[in-house]
Amino acid sequence: MLKILLERFRQGHRTAKFPKQPPVLSDRFRGLPVIDAGKCNDGCRACADSCPTDAIAIEGRGPKVDLGRCLFCLDCTQACPTGAIACGQEYRLAANARQSLVVSGGPAVPAHALEKRLLRLFGRSLKLRQVSAGGCGACEADINVLATLVFDLGRFGIQVVASPRHADGLIVTGPVTENMKLALQKSYDALPTPKIVIAVGACAISGGPFAGNPEVHNGVDSTLPVDLYIPGCPPHPYTILDGLLRLVGQLEN
Amino acid sequence: MRTDWLTLRNGVPVPAEQIPHIPFADWRQTIVGAPIRNRRVAALFGRPMGQALDLCAVLACDRDGLLEVAWTNLTGSAFPSMTPECPQVHMFERELAEQWNLVPEGHPWRKPVRFHPAYRPGPDAFGRPTDGPRTVGVTDFYRIEGEEIHEVAVGPVHAGVIEPGHFRFQCHGEHVFHLEISLGYQHRGIEKTLVGGPNKRTIHLMETLAGDTSIGHASAYCQAIEAMSACRPSARALALRGIALELERLANHTGDLGALAGDIGYLPTASYCGRLRGDFLNITALLCGSRFGRGLVRPGGVAFDVDASRVSQVLERLDSTFRDVQGAAKLLWQTGSVQARFEDVGRVSLETARELGMVGPAARAAGLRRDVRTHHPSGIFQFVHIPISTFHTGDVFARAFLRWLEIERSVFFLRSQLSELPTGSGRVDCPPLQADQFCVSLVEGWRGEICHVAMTDGQGKLAAYKVVDPSFHNWAGLAMALRDQQISDFPICNKSFNLSYCGHDL
Repeated sequence: MLKILLERFRQGHRTAKFPKQPPVLSDRFRGLPVIDAGKCNDGCRACADSCPTDAIAIEGRGPKVDLGRCLFCLDCTQACPTGAIACGQEYRLAANARQSLVVSGGPAVPAHALEKRLLRLFGRSLKLRQVSAGGCGACEADINVLATLVFDLGRFGIQVVASPRHADGLIVTGPVTENMKLALQKSYDALPTPKIVIAVGACAISGGPFAGNPEVHNGVDSTLPVDLYIPGCPPHPYTILDGLLRLVGQLEN
Repeated sequence: MRTDWLTLRNGVPVPAEQIPHIPFADWRQTIVGAPIRNRRVAALFGRPMGQALDLCAVLACDRDGLLEVAWTNLTGSAFPSMTPECPQVHMFERELAEQWNLVPEGHPWRKPVRFHPAYRPGPDAFGRPTDGPRTVGVTDFYRIEGEEIHEVAVGPVHAGVIEPGHFRFQCHGEHVFHLEISLGYQHRGIEKTLVGGPNKRTIHLMETLAGDTSIGHASAYCQAIEAMSACRPSARALALRGIALELERLANHTGDLGALAGDIGYLPTASYCGRLRGDFLNITALLCGSRFGRGLVRPGGVAFDVDASRVSQVLERLDSTFRDVQGAAKLLWQTGSVQARFEDVGRVSLETARELGMVGPAARAAGLRRDVRTHHPSGIFQFVHIPISTFHTGDVFARAFLRWLEIERSVFFLRSQLSELPTGSGRVDCPPLQADQFCVSLVEGWRGEICHVAMTDGQGKLAAYKVVDPSFHNWAGLAMALRDQQISDFPICNKSFNLSYCGHDL
């Protein structure tokens, strides 16, 4: 017992001060793309051609990046001959609408809170059931860490629960494989109404690196209505936490 | 016709024409006799050849650090199963049956692996209607009948934040007679899309075969690609890859110790290790910006180099994180109630581990000396050795304690590598793949042996690409560990293996 107490004393208090203080991220963290269309060469498509998930479209002058497809992989920045596209440090990326994830250099449109009626129900207590609908397990891992003492999700009134019947919504990862489609639908049906759906990661938003494979359905909104999209491959835990807090109205601009 | 197999080494390419094609009977005889000759089956896969099928087997001889390879040609739609004589091929044969409508006659457990449509037309190997749906989880589950015998079914959606899989227990009260594991829910069809590549998506698929093993799988892939394109990454790049691989091991092993502690309600270690796992992930992010090492390992080397100040930051963080892991882990070994829950639960004997062809910490905890870093060293591990850790009891305690031993050794390796990083360029150009090459690439991921087998065609495109995740060998080990255990011990048995669903399902 004494040894436990000693160790407890030595390890100290480690819960981060977020959201009062911004998170400390790696200086090599890859967040919101920074685009300077002024540097683009006429007719250049290097970034779009290099993108593994075709997340980049060239419209007029300069690229538009669909964060819902983006793997934040740097292939485009390495292909760009003029440095017109780079990865920034902005980690707040969640959005309520699919089209809000398409960016062309300006700031990301931050996610807004649920409508009043839902906010009254879920604002101070949100229970979520996680469904892993394919994918590689990394998004699940970074949702899992929100329960550790560093993030301590519970202090915001948000909790991941064991059954959809106890939950207010689903937090879904993975591209929705053919083999998980039914289980996902059944989990959704088991939620009491009103209910919400949160899609976490490039796979859950667009199919990610698996998009187009006949075994996957290219994202959650092929099957269910989605209330919040959290992009990344996988999203940083702070990107997820930021999105969740905005959805329940605990964070505003 | 030749009957001898070609001998090759990990990560060393050979012209594809040198791989012998031998008669099926001889090929089969060599595989079923492999365990007696101290060989194990590292990979076994098929490739269509017109109407027929070519089958390739890779045997590993750990003692000599050698691999043996041979093809055989199969024209019919059935073959005599090798599983009754050589149980470690049981999953490979089920996989062949599912992918190629090929019946392994006499297979004692002929059931689908991933529940996907077959890769070629023909009657279904499992007797399902040819044009019917391939509904996941619908198969002939093993059942025990009798008074008070009951069945417990769990999944695919579990209570925790965890990947999907289906577990079925045959129980008498708390006592588990048998556990059957049926997966395939994560099947994304990756292997099929690799043929004809590499293309701009290939490396990203490698990094997402199993997300928690991004470095391991990306390293195995790059090693194969570099071998077949005569590209030699610098010693510095190899060292940085080794560092990333051991950081991946540290993060996952630490997380597993915490998860095991959590499952027996021992909260101090559970809480500390949950954070410390993240601290290791953040060290990887310091190297490359991604906690999972995405974007770091690339053909030709590494995409991110480090300068002296970054190295000293890494070392500093490594020291403080390791000190805390040491404290958290020690609590486990010093607490009697923890030992009582870990010891003698979920035992896998040395014989079972060997028969099933298990790999990684789960095999080493049962006493099997099997570690790619020691027995088939490639990359930095050719020059710097990490001593192999083993234990002998094969129970949950052994699998937990082994992780701690490996944590200590990985930290020692990291400290020495970081303090004397070789000079050189982090990344060199990787020329296009050469035509008609064959290469087996092994990497010791944190779960065990990652095996990639690659072959190029006449145009230097991938003609075949086989991925064997360590979990593919080890899931049967978990099922065996549950025999005659209490069903309430399933969580700690499961966590002590911590196998990958997506790595298995591909």
